[in-house]
Amino acid sequence: MTSGVSRRRLIAAGLISAAPAAAGATEFRGEYPWTGGAAAPAGVGGGEAYVFFTSAEAAFVKATAARLIPKDDLGPGAVEAGVPEFIDRQLAGEFGHATRWYMQGPWSAGETTQGYQSRYTPADLYRAAIAAIDHACRREFKGETFAGLAAADQDAFLTRLEKGAVELGGIDGKAFFEMFLQNVLEGFWSDPIYGGNRDMVGWKLIGFPGARYDYAPYVSRHGERLALPPVGLEGRPSWRPR
Amino acid sequence: MPTRLAPVDVLVVGFGWTGAIVAQELSDAGLKVLALERGAWRDTPTHFAPTFDQDELRYYWRYELFERLAHETLTFRNDAAQTALPMRRLGSFLPGANVGGAGVHWNGQIWRFLESDFVARSHNLSRYGKVAIPDGMTIQDWGVSYRELEPHYDRFEYLCGASGKAGNLNGQIQAGGNPFEGPRSREYPNPPLQLTWPPTLFGEAASRLGYKPFPHPAANLSRAYVNPLGVQLGPCTYCGFCEKFGCGNYSKASAQTTILPVLMRKPNFTLKTECEVTKINRDSTGKRAVSVDYVDASGQIFEQPAELIVLCAYILHNVRLLLLSGIGRPYDPDTGEGLVGKNYAYQITSSINLFFDDKIMNPFIGAGAHGMICDEWNGDNFDHSRLGFIGGGYVGVVQTGARPIETHPTPEGTPSWGGTWKRAIAENYLKTMSVVTHGSVMSHRGNYLDLDPTYRDVYGRPLLRMTFDFTDNEHRMSDYITDRASEIARAMGPREIKINKRSGHYDIVPYQTTHNTGGAMMGADPKSSVVNRYLQAWDVPNLFIMGASAFPQNPGYNPTDTVAALAYWSLEAIRSQYLKSPGPLVLA
Repeated sequence: MTSGVSRRRLIAAGLISAAPAAAGATEFRGEYPWTGGAAAPAGVGGGEAYVFFTSAEAAFVKATAARLIPKDDLGPGAVEAGVPEFIDRQLAGEFGHATRWYMQGPWSAGETTQGYQSRYTPADLYRAAIAAIDHACRREFKGETFAGLAAADQDAFLTRLEKGAVELGGIDGKAFFEMFLQNVLEGFWSDPIYGGNRDMVGWKLIGFPGARYDYAPYVSRHGERLALPPVGLEGRPSWRPR
Repeated sequence: MPTRLAPVDVLVVGFGWTGAIVAQELSDAGLKVLALERGAWRDTPTHFAPTFDQDELRYYWRYELFERLAHETLTFRNDAAQTALPMRRLGSFLPGANVGGAGVHWNGQIWRFLESDFVARSHNLSRYGKVAIPDGMTIQDWGVSYRELEPHYDRFEYLCGASGKAGNLNGQIQAGGNPFEGPRSREYPNPPLQLTWPPTLFGEAASRLGYKPFPHPAANLSRAYVNPLGVQLGPCTYCGFCEKFGCGNYSKASAQTTILPVLMRKPNFTLKTECEVTKINRDSTGKRAVSVDYVDASGQIFEQPAELIVLCAYILHNVRLLLLSGIGRPYDPDTGEGLVGKNYAYQITSSINLFFDDKIMNPFIGAGAHGMICDEWNGDNFDHSRLGFIGGGYVGVVQTGARPIETHPTPEGTPSWGGTWKRAIAENYLKTMSVVTHGSVMSHRGNYLDLDPTYRDVYGRPLLRMTFDFTDNEHRMSDYITDRASEIARAMGPREIKINKRSGHYDIVPYQTTHNTGGAMMGADPKSSVVNRYLQAWDVPNLFIMGASAFPQNPGYNPTDTVAALAYWSLEAIRSQYLKSPGPLVLA
């Protein structure tokens, strides 16, 4: 009886090497497998310097993030929260490379109900779309890039981009806008360990208390403004020695 | 050639909820049981510890607990006229990966189906006549009754330490419970969870309107509990990270928190992880499964012989493995012939956001199955005459925890970004709540699963292809129950509401539910079902297929309690009949 999978095919697909394989399975019997002190905490993504964006790209990302969640009388916006740096780290990592996504062809646009069908990884899409947007802006606004536009012009441009009404030479501007906006929300509201939501400003804005473990004492305190200060996975700044 | 291994008595393919239940029961029967899991080992303190578990980005938006689509996905289209394209990113549903499967990241919503759900075809025909079942609707009876499953529902609920209030004890309707449910033989093992304000307000409003709201049945623990296997669970802390997350607190029932501490220590049970089964092999008669082929993480291929093979993968993988192994006849929607892949169904959901001026809702407090529900419009709990649809769903408030990237509702007409949006989310986050509906999907001739002709997985095998859309029956039903939900929402006195109906074609992008069903349905005879009433393959009697792939259509409740009850029901037949005399448990 033959199998649908052959070692030859796996080697051809680059999944395994032609050299004799190491033990590939883990076997458990007669005991509950647990090792003290072992855990799988998240990777961290802080830091100031950009590792993915060029300076021109960073200028676009900062300008756009500032329009999507502006700094105002309610408090800090996306830039002050560290969202550009958050997105930079995300694009440099697994997310940017679409490591978990299915990225085999053939490629076809499909129906909207079939979801994302671009061959671009997020990193590729940011790179291509930002260049195309700045190109479109220079043509439309006398040589100015997006970051150089007045706020009202930026908002009007982003509104058109969101509707898919900006011609970007084959790049899906609407899909890029959707991804960008989603990543901005992620950077504003994810745990500060990933570099965004700096000083938990995103959580403070709405009253989300963060990564708390136990609300049991508060469940039946109906209608009370609890005003619990937010806490992240690494605590909060005031917990650290000065 | 694959390396041939020493035979085992029982081979379990996939190690989530049903895999753990099967392995526990059959190793108790003294058999040598091997489970093959394609993912990795996962345990509570190492992988879901409360020191890092409350991480919305990592677990939901970066899919850490879910299936890795780069390895395998499916293709999707709304109808056969379209070309199916791969699901490149997760969205509408989130199949699990690794030990514990999707049972790690479920909400713990632990529902029994209605008595009439198990006889959907004959019940609707007898109550409403032929007009109830339009052309193309392919619903069937299950071949098993609620009363037969009751002891097995009970068993799973006691394993989990379910929290709730019975509405029907041995035929006596109980105040405060669901008066529409089938008879229970005893009360829930634990009392209902405490309630936050939104579900409390919903319950008050629904009662004023004359309905009978009751606490959502929960596999989130309302108090410390030791289950019948001697495994201890702890009380829920309402941290708001249930759905899409593991539980670091031993408060949500999963294979890890209810079975594995006992099962893993048994000398006659072995688990091998990073082993993906690629094919079920049969003997020359085609009527006996002899072994499976699997690939381990290094790419080595093995053949593992077994006397009894039990498929316990997620429904999509159970069906695909049957198709890839050539077991059963693939369904052909043009002729209506063939059964494997037939009657794929899903769930239809909608929601209503409520915005208040003066009520602080603290939406971040939550648990996966913490809420209040009205069941007046589920199944056939109401008269469908002249409504133009059958089926239904529950309506209620389920406050699972408003994690902000996912949940930040804004009033109708609010822009999706900018200063106006920022003001709206700042003003509304603490003062919003939602009423949801969760509805059935009937099976239909054009909704099915087969193998894709173009796209391949990482091993070069065809992907599963899903062809699915909501039909008029589902839209009419969902609109109807959404209207009823809106009436209750308005009775709660919000400043304004926003109604999010499920209109148009099924869309694989927005998250809806991980309640995929069908494709290897159970039934009374081999002409209309893939497995018999004991989940035994008609064509291959030493092959059993667990899971929601057995559902002939999808009722209006979450599936896990029924998936587990069916597994226990099947295992009882295996232990009491099959092991004594291996062969068909039902004569065709």
